[in-house]
Amino acid sequence: MKKLKINNNNVLLIITIALFLVMYLGGCFIYADKGFTKMQTFLDILINNAGIICVTCGMTCVMLTGGIDISVGSVIALDCMIMAVGIEKFGLSSPVLMVIIILVGIVMGFIMGFCISYLEIQPFIVTMAGMFFARGMTAVLSTQQISITEDFFVKLSNLKIEIPFGIGSYVNTKGIVQTPYVRITVIVALIAVAVTFFVLGYTRFGRSIYAVGGNQQSATLMGLDVKKTKLKTYMLSTVFTSIGGICYCLNTMSGTTSQATGLEMSAISSAVIGGTLLTGGVGNVIGSLFGVLINGTISSLVKFNGKLISSWSNIVTAILLCFFIVLQAVFAKVKESKKK
Amino acid sequence: MEKDVVLKMRGICMTFPGVKALDKAGLTLKKGEIRALMGENGAGKSTLIKCLTGVNHFEEGEIFLDGFEGPVRNKDTMDAQSKGIATVYQEVNLCPNLSVAENIFIGRAPLTKLRTIDRRAMNRQAKKLMEELELDLDVTRNLENYSLAMQQMIAIARAIDMDCKVLILDEPTSSLDDREVEKLFKVMRDLKKKGVAIIFVTHFLEQVYEVCDGITVLRNGKLVGEYDIADLPRVKLVAAMMGKDFDDLAKIKPESEELKVDAPVVIDAEGLSHAGKIKPFDLEIKEGEVVGLTGLLGSGRSELARTIYGADRNQTGSLKVKGKEVHIKEPIDAMKLGMGLLPDDRKAEGIIGDLSVRENIVLAMQAKEGVLKKIPMSKQIETADKFIDMLQIKTASRETLIKQLSGGNQQKVILARWLATNPDFLILDEPTRGIDIGTKTEIQKLVIKLASEGKSIVFISSEIDEMLRTCNRMAVLRDGAKVGEISGDEMTQEGVMNAIAGGDGNG
Amino acid sequence: MDKIRKITKMSLFLPIFSMILIMLINVVYDIGCGNAPLNFFMISIKNGVLYGRLVDVLNRGSEAAILAIGMTLVVSSSAGTDISVGSVMSLTGGMCCMLLAGYGVANTSQYAVPLIVGLGAGLAVALVCGLFNGFLVSYLNIQPMVATLILWSAGRAIGLLLCNSQIVYVRVDSFKVLGSYVGPVPTPIIVAAVCIAVAAVVLKQTSLGLYIQSVGINRKSSRISGLNSRRIILMCYAICGFCAGIAGLVATSRIYSADTNNIGLNLELDAILAVALGGNSLGGGKFNLAGSIIGAYTIQAITTTLYALGVSSAQAPVFKAIVVIIIVVIQAEPFKEYFKKLTGGRRASA
Repeated sequence: MKKLKINNNNVLLIITIALFLVMYLGGCFIYADKGFTKMQTFLDILINNAGIICVTCGMTCVMLTGGIDISVGSVIALDCMIMAVGIEKFGLSSPVLMVIIILVGIVMGFIMGFCISYLEIQPFIVTMAGMFFARGMTAVLSTQQISITEDFFVKLSNLKIEIPFGIGSYVNTKGIVQTPYVRITVIVALIAVAVTFFVLGYTRFGRSIYAVGGNQQSATLMGLDVKKTKLKTYMLSTVFTSIGGICYCLNTMSGTTSQATGLEMSAISSAVIGGTLLTGGVGNVIGSLFGVLINGTISSLVKFNGKLISSWSNIVTAILLCFFIVLQAVFAKVKESKKK
Repeated sequence: MEKDVVLKMRGICMTFPGVKALDKAGLTLKKGEIRALMGENGAGKSTLIKCLTGVNHFEEGEIFLDGFEGPVRNKDTMDAQSKGIATVYQEVNLCPNLSVAENIFIGRAPLTKLRTIDRRAMNRQAKKLMEELELDLDVTRNLENYSLAMQQMIAIARAIDMDCKVLILDEPTSSLDDREVEKLFKVMRDLKKKGVAIIFVTHFLEQVYEVCDGITVLRNGKLVGEYDIADLPRVKLVAAMMGKDFDDLAKIKPESEELKVDAPVVIDAEGLSHAGKIKPFDLEIKEGEVVGLTGLLGSGRSELARTIYGADRNQTGSLKVKGKEVHIKEPIDAMKLGMGLLPDDRKAEGIIGDLSVRENIVLAMQAKEGVLKKIPMSKQIETADKFIDMLQIKTASRETLIKQLSGGNQQKVILARWLATNPDFLILDEPTRGIDIGTKTEIQKLVIKLASEGKSIVFISSEIDEMLRTCNRMAVLRDGAKVGEISGDEMTQEGVMNAIAGGDGNG
Repeated sequence: MDKIRKITKMSLFLPIFSMILIMLINVVYDIGCGNAPLNFFMISIKNGVLYGRLVDVLNRGSEAAILAIGMTLVVSSSAGTDISVGSVMSLTGGMCCMLLAGYGVANTSQYAVPLIVGLGAGLAVALVCGLFNGFLVSYLNIQPMVATLILWSAGRAIGLLLCNSQIVYVRVDSFKVLGSYVGPVPTPIIVAAVCIAVAAVVLKQTSLGLYIQSVGINRKSSRISGLNSRRIILMCYAICGFCAGIAGLVATSRIYSADTNNIGLNLELDAILAVALGGNSLGGGKFNLAGSIIGAYTIQAITTTLYALGVSSAQAPVFKAIVVIIIVVIQAEPFKEYFKKLTGGRRASA
């Protein structure tokens, strides 16, 4: 076994995880009487954020190359709308639509990735166009809110996967045994995290992503195909986004034009809180997962309080974001001064 | 192809917009040979190399490579690598955020049966490679933890490991100190024994004669000739590079080098230091004096000069300028006291690439004036033209972007920027690095001229003979501390060497 | 051919070209509909105020144009974008209306404090936001997008808090002036014109432009040459914040209410797009303010044209996206090279 080395990046990850634990335990302490301590509270955070976790996996990869993808929120809205319109208006079955959604993701990822890597246009602008396009297409499909009623999809959405071996089970006041459960979306999200972790750490493609983000010119001169790597990364990201979109749809069970607005920023801020640098080359997906969980815990705390208006969760997230990026900046400075 | 020839480039032509960069250039490389590729700046060395490695695509000409039938053309660096051509560039081109082992193996890491990276095998191979090169480092640590010289060696290790037939070293020594250069030369000789052919691009003549077997000289994109090292003594080499009879560099020092002893003191530093970099030092510089700072790379010669100028924050101690105690926080404070700094890293700290020559020249002047007092355009043009003329800056017009100029001319523009502020005290940190011999001489002459006009100058260079020609006095640095001064009769090659190495003989 | 090449190389070619293109589309559409061909440019006076599509573009585009001024400087100096401007607009409006109406009051027909205090406080908050962003970017070396992400998220939320989560109406005529008309001319046009004029004069009469570009191209070199890079970047962000404040007040005054959820929503994207359309590199360095401003109005012209063509506001982004992609692809260096090769090859074979 190799000894775990603690370097700056690890420290940031540890701080992120510690902060999550502190916040969560703090919640348990303050809102114990409202049931925050129940395992289901934690699982609900996962359930509510399953879509964002998938999206953040992709976002982390894109950010590692030094790029950004701000189209994800709109793409999710589009995915939900495709699902809703496809089922309700065209009578297609949901598995077919899932394939279509993923294909749409691949095509959009290819176009955006091509513009970014081969035409060398700034990622922000390209994905902004993608964002406009997806949001507009959502409205083209339908401007109404459409609820999804297909049996299979509803069943999938309501599917409870109970935690085995009675872990976290308890008997409620009426004497019925309550077993904590997760939805299928959580499983999908966790698989996405595992896949991303594996790809980033243990494949040539994943290491190329880090190399491109670390120093693009070097990567080129070392013989890596930078353009192809970037293109593949954006495609990977939009595929994750599409999967996230399906998860998101399983949560909301409807399609509207205004869905998932600002989700891209949640994903980005989660990744940043998790220690991924926007300049690329530094970060990992485990940090991003905890970033999402921290954001989820904040919203859940605000919800448990009941009196605070929802904008407080935005403000607290912003304060945390501020704390983390200042921390990163301080670390970078320490590193710099050590070098000299 | 002739016997033992590994690589033959013939009649290579290549045009950049408006410029013919290569005009029938070529190069022949034999097996197990170290060949120096020489030429002044803009001679086309880098372009020729890039044509070989597939970065640039040439229009005419042929490249023959041992083991390949007919002419070859490389699409990109990957293609070149697969044909056994490996390159180590002047600026380290590795990824700081990856481990040493990954940097060596990226893109070709050993895979397990599941097509995932076999990290254990990769680290083991990397470690073995490091041992072969006698480098002591942890291959699993990130590259950013190691010094620039170490990174350079890692880059070479990467190139060697790719079983190259042709190894190109593009100015690898400019960031290495003498010990590291020795180590590099040892590696080069070992490779040579193994039959690897090496193209060595450098500006340092001494190094050429120490390690190379042959020399190929380019001038203005044309092939001047290919020589054996024995057939081309230094003077002839310089003549071949410059295309004219060699103007004896040693003669530029003026006759009257006696300095007025009672000249007023311009800079008087007492116990000045920079946290973590420079230990407290005293230094006195008189009007009209050229003081050299010498020492090995990393000895703190640049940092000491920068401390005076306030280029890096956190300095302590006392500094008197013209007898008055001052506190310099930012470069602008130093400028207002009549100082100027020509930094050693021209690209990172000197030029403003996307601005025109004119804007680059007036920048410091304008900064001194402040944001509200815009220098009228007529005066800007006048100033720019004056210096373009005075320093003979070769530029299409004063509105040409500085990044389009050659290195030497860029350096002249930066020099003009400082001269335009009419400074009393100028720090020149490696003003001649990476520029051709002709311009070098011009800059050396200019330094002496400026001093004779009463300006005080701190001159830093890694070439001792250049310092001997220009300086009145030299301060010697070792490990971030000033260890002594030499002047008068001690100012000889040996004297300086001894002072740098230190008396205890283990430096 | 050479002349064409010279024209296409001009820095203002792209924004002007796209503007003309949009106008042409209008002309074609009008002819198709049987309207007067120059309907787009016709200005008439109805109910004592100027009326016409062109006026509409100039009027509605004011906020984006004002934002584009600040955004151009930010992009140039720090090679990054300030994505918080939309939120800051909302915060400014919230602050201003909260003061004018009094905290917790949702509807008022008289001022709680003098108008000038409300406007001043709004601008002050915006300036503070700009300084905060600038501080993070310049002194802590944080990437601009991440630094401004904080206020992107918090700005609107704080605005909502200030307004107690309601839409605060200020139904006083003097408050409506900023968003309505002075005589026959829409006030936003005047405000934008004044902002542009001030920016132009400052850039012309001082060396600020040189400083900003120099810092944007090479921060280290600029510092060694005596520029205080940090202060210059800080200033750019402060200016950007202030511009967002002005735009926020105009937007609030238009609807004489602080609808914090919607004021300036996604306007940061328009502002950034305007900068890119203006031919400025988002990688910082050289900038062209005129281009950005034309870019801002072009974006508005696209929107207005789409509405005129009968596209709904929700669907309009599709076309906006297509226009954006076409414009940036034309501008992309690899595309230009490819195109050059294509035309070059054709000429050689001909």
